[in-house]
Amino acid sequence: MGELAVEKHAQYILSVEKRKDDFESLVMEHLRLNGAYWGLTTLDIMHKLGSVNPDEVVTWILSCQDKESGGFGGNVGHDPHVLYTLSAVQVLALLDRLDAVDVDKVSDYVAGLQKEDGSFAGDIWGEIDTRFSYVAICCLSLLHRLNKINVEKAVDYIVSCKNLDGGFGSIPGGESHAGQIFCCVGALAITGSLHHIDRDLLGWWLCERQCKDGGLNGRPEKLTDVCYSWWVLSSLIMIDRVHWIDKNKLSKFILNCQDLEKGGISDRPDNAVDVFHTYFGVAGLSLMEYPGLKPIDPAYALPVDVVNRIFFQK
Amino acid sequence: MHGRPRKATKQEDPAAAAAKSARLRELQSQLLHFHHNRIYTKEAVSVSSKLLEINPEIYTGWNYRKLAFQHNLKEVSDTDTDTDTETIKSAIEDELRMVEVALRRNPKSYGAWYHRKWILGQKLVPANFDHEFRLLDMLLKADARNFHGWNYRRFIARLKDVSEEEELKYTMDMINTNFSNYSAWHNRSMLLSKLLRKKAKGFHEEESILSDEFELVRQALFTDPSDQSGWFYHLWLLDQTSTPHKPHLVSSWPSDKLNIEISAQFKEKCERFPIIFCFNQQVDGVNLATVTINSKLVSSEHITWKPLSANNSRKSKIWVGFLENFNKYCDNSEGLSVEISVHCCESIVHLKFVMKLSHMDHQGENGDGFEELFLWDCPKSQEINPYLVSYDPWRLRVESVEEDTKWHLDTLSAEIALFKEMSECDEDSKFVKLTLARLLGAHNSIKSGGSAYFEEILKLYDDLIKLDAPHYRYYRDERSLVLLDQMTSSKDSLVEYCSRCENSSFSCINPQLCINFSGLNLTRIGFVERLLWVQILDLSHNNLTSILGLEALQLLVCLNLSHNQIMSFTALEPIKSLQSLKVLDLSFNEIGSHPVDTTRYLCSSPLSHTCNVTETMEELARENIKIGDFWEAILLFESLQLAQLDMQGNPVTNERFRVLVGKVIPCLKWLDGKPVR
Repeated sequence: MGELAVEKHAQYILSVEKRKDDFESLVMEHLRLNGAYWGLTTLDIMHKLGSVNPDEVVTWILSCQDKESGGFGGNVGHDPHVLYTLSAVQVLALLDRLDAVDVDKVSDYVAGLQKEDGSFAGDIWGEIDTRFSYVAICCLSLLHRLNKINVEKAVDYIVSCKNLDGGFGSIPGGESHAGQIFCCVGALAITGSLHHIDRDLLGWWLCERQCKDGGLNGRPEKLTDVCYSWWVLSSLIMIDRVHWIDKNKLSKFILNCQDLEKGGISDRPDNAVDVFHTYFGVAGLSLMEYPGLKPIDPAYALPVDVVNRIFFQK
Repeated sequence: MHGRPRKATKQEDPAAAAAKSARLRELQSQLLHFHHNRIYTKEAVSVSSKLLEINPEIYTGWNYRKLAFQHNLKEVSDTDTDTDTETIKSAIEDELRMVEVALRRNPKSYGAWYHRKWILGQKLVPANFDHEFRLLDMLLKADARNFHGWNYRRFIARLKDVSEEEELKYTMDMINTNFSNYSAWHNRSMLLSKLLRKKAKGFHEEESILSDEFELVRQALFTDPSDQSGWFYHLWLLDQTSTPHKPHLVSSWPSDKLNIEISAQFKEKCERFPIIFCFNQQVDGVNLATVTINSKLVSSEHITWKPLSANNSRKSKIWVGFLENFNKYCDNSEGLSVEISVHCCESIVHLKFVMKLSHMDHQGENGDGFEELFLWDCPKSQEINPYLVSYDPWRLRVESVEEDTKWHLDTLSAEIALFKEMSECDEDSKFVKLTLARLLGAHNSIKSGGSAYFEEILKLYDDLIKLDAPHYRYYRDERSLVLLDQMTSSKDSLVEYCSRCENSSFSCINPQLCINFSGLNLTRIGFVERLLWVQILDLSHNNLTSILGLEALQLLVCLNLSHNQIMSFTALEPIKSLQSLKVLDLSFNEIGSHPVDTTRYLCSSPLSHTCNVTETMEELARENIKIGDFWEAILLFESLQLAQLDMQGNPVTNERFRVLVGKVIPCLKWLDGKPVR
């Protein structure tokens, strides 16, 4: 098996952080806060977080916060949204700097997005998606403020999005998709509600995502993609069915998607790399206990030592 | 982010590239400026159009447009006394056109789709449904799997109040166009199950509807057996055919007509006697109202019923009630006769058992028991044990199953015949073999008293392990379940796995009988409803990574899990509820060698908000023990009252760990074969 080019990937991530003006970076400017989470978590898993200045990061993150609502936008000046609020909280947790925010203000913003039926909107404009259920629950749990929402209704809504193939969609009736499944399984895991899942049925649907090339796709008859190494794999781990896929073949697939010259990982071999796929590839390898990497928690998507610190240190 | 080649196919002219970037940056900063300063003029809005056309993912751009739309509409209604419908219509059309431009750029843009929903959802003017359905047809023709399109279609159908029957027809059209359309099959299954549940007009004959669907999917499977959609749909149909709709009681401890002999010591030591119910599905509502006890000395109020679940779930397949202070009731020489009636989902099950004091004196039952090490070397024995005499896994089921199974068995038999034919024509199709194995298994589970097909199913899984190697561990798990089914299917098969326990120096209802399932390559546990009476269980030398199911064995006193592949303490969550457990052998597993824990969220812990940091943990934290390192072990062991524990051969076992165990299990007498203290 090839090796994970840790040095190259670390350098790639740090270079992306500096690059802001080319077209590709501009097109993703609105989700730079997500990018910070992907990049920094990858660095930490590879034991390279030391190459970053935490104070600079914290200052920049805080500048993305909308002072009025308490939520965070994807970049400075962009509207607040729950997706970027989670990334902000995750990065602060990573750096052990959750003290830098007013925890109640942030959690009030997130909790305020829950609807009567238990679902969550992404922002004040009201788009409903189970992705937002996961993001809200994960965020509030990390801040120890899960009691601000109606957990039972949140769980009921997620269960209403369960499909007959055992998977989950974005809204009731929505087709099963690995990304949505990760969100729903993660939310149910964090709220102690995994008993709502038929783990054998979902486990089989998920393990059938592994294709002949060893990679995983997101739903039947679709192409394999490195990002599913996270969505599918973490779901399998949370329901204790990861042994139903061939980890060796998947590891080989991920390693083949590396750009060994310039660093970074792409969605498929020989495609352009980006921070998104670099994170998912490395995180997937961590879930498979690739040597030299820190273990990552499948539900909170943060290194296990960070999660343990948050829940077991008074 | 997806699907771009690493080496650009043609090099872009650097000047052109720079101009493109500059334009994008210019548009973005203009948009943010207009947005923050609430400028909603035509010129400003057209900047947002240009921006969203280049990059529909800039969500702040769509937010700005919504604000501009609201602002400009308000202006109109402020200036005129009647709201100008033409102006509103035109404003709406501008927005809808913007969305279509964006969707051309990216048909999967969340922001674009939601903007359209948001506009139409306000119902300011009647929607042009023809236009919407045409747009959807075009997009779904270009990509039949675009779930944004399907979700939007659901939204429009609801807005227009289209019936589910009509939408069902649409799925049929899509399937007829192309069988390989998982999205269409998915929608079909959702609509059908809704219509069947509602018993809508034309949908109350469930059996004939399902027969038609079997016919339909058969066509798909024959036309294109390599496409997965049909196989998943077939699995759903199979599930509909083989799963009873109503939950029912499958087994209980004590079982019906059982005579239990209790030794004097057991009567003395144990204050509570467990009664266990095992249902075929998760149920709630097992309580004083639904379970009535009829006995001279015991009444319903003496029992509190609890569901057995890792989380705080109100529903469970297994329910336990404890007869408190039962030792008071057994002094009667006639014994204690207990009749129980369980009311569950329109059916009532009656059980009757008798508890008597045994006249035999069990040897060596002095003191606490466990003054001597319990050894697992139980010789095989085919002696007829009283519990084996009454062992009949089918009895309770036959009595309680009310549903007519004729159509189900006929349908399964027909499918089995068809798939056997298919597998002869196509030796290499894993889906054919897997479906056949599932069909045979379903037939087994419905036909009571049947033991047909076990060998066939086992062979199919052996074939699948070779045919589809990457998934071999899935097939091994399924195979383990089939093996356990076969082993426990009758008294005659089970007696092969019985051993006689010689050194039983502890209180136990049944101290001589050990069930020996060691060395069978088992990877998981099943059919525990047939083993509720087991007290000494040997599962050593298997390939177990999970022991889920053991929580039902509430009478378990001794459990051997040595030489398996248990990877963490959290995987042992099921035994936390085993209050009678005294002897646990965990030696030679893999606890401590896996940084990633696959059962981390399947146990009670602060991470899943199913328990708080406990007193024991706080005490240990005060003694400077890093509870973050040991929380899994602490939460497990503090809930048990073990007398004997074996942990050697696990990487986690070192001196530090042994000290911790001593603190967390104060009543422990033996650790790794040596006396404690």
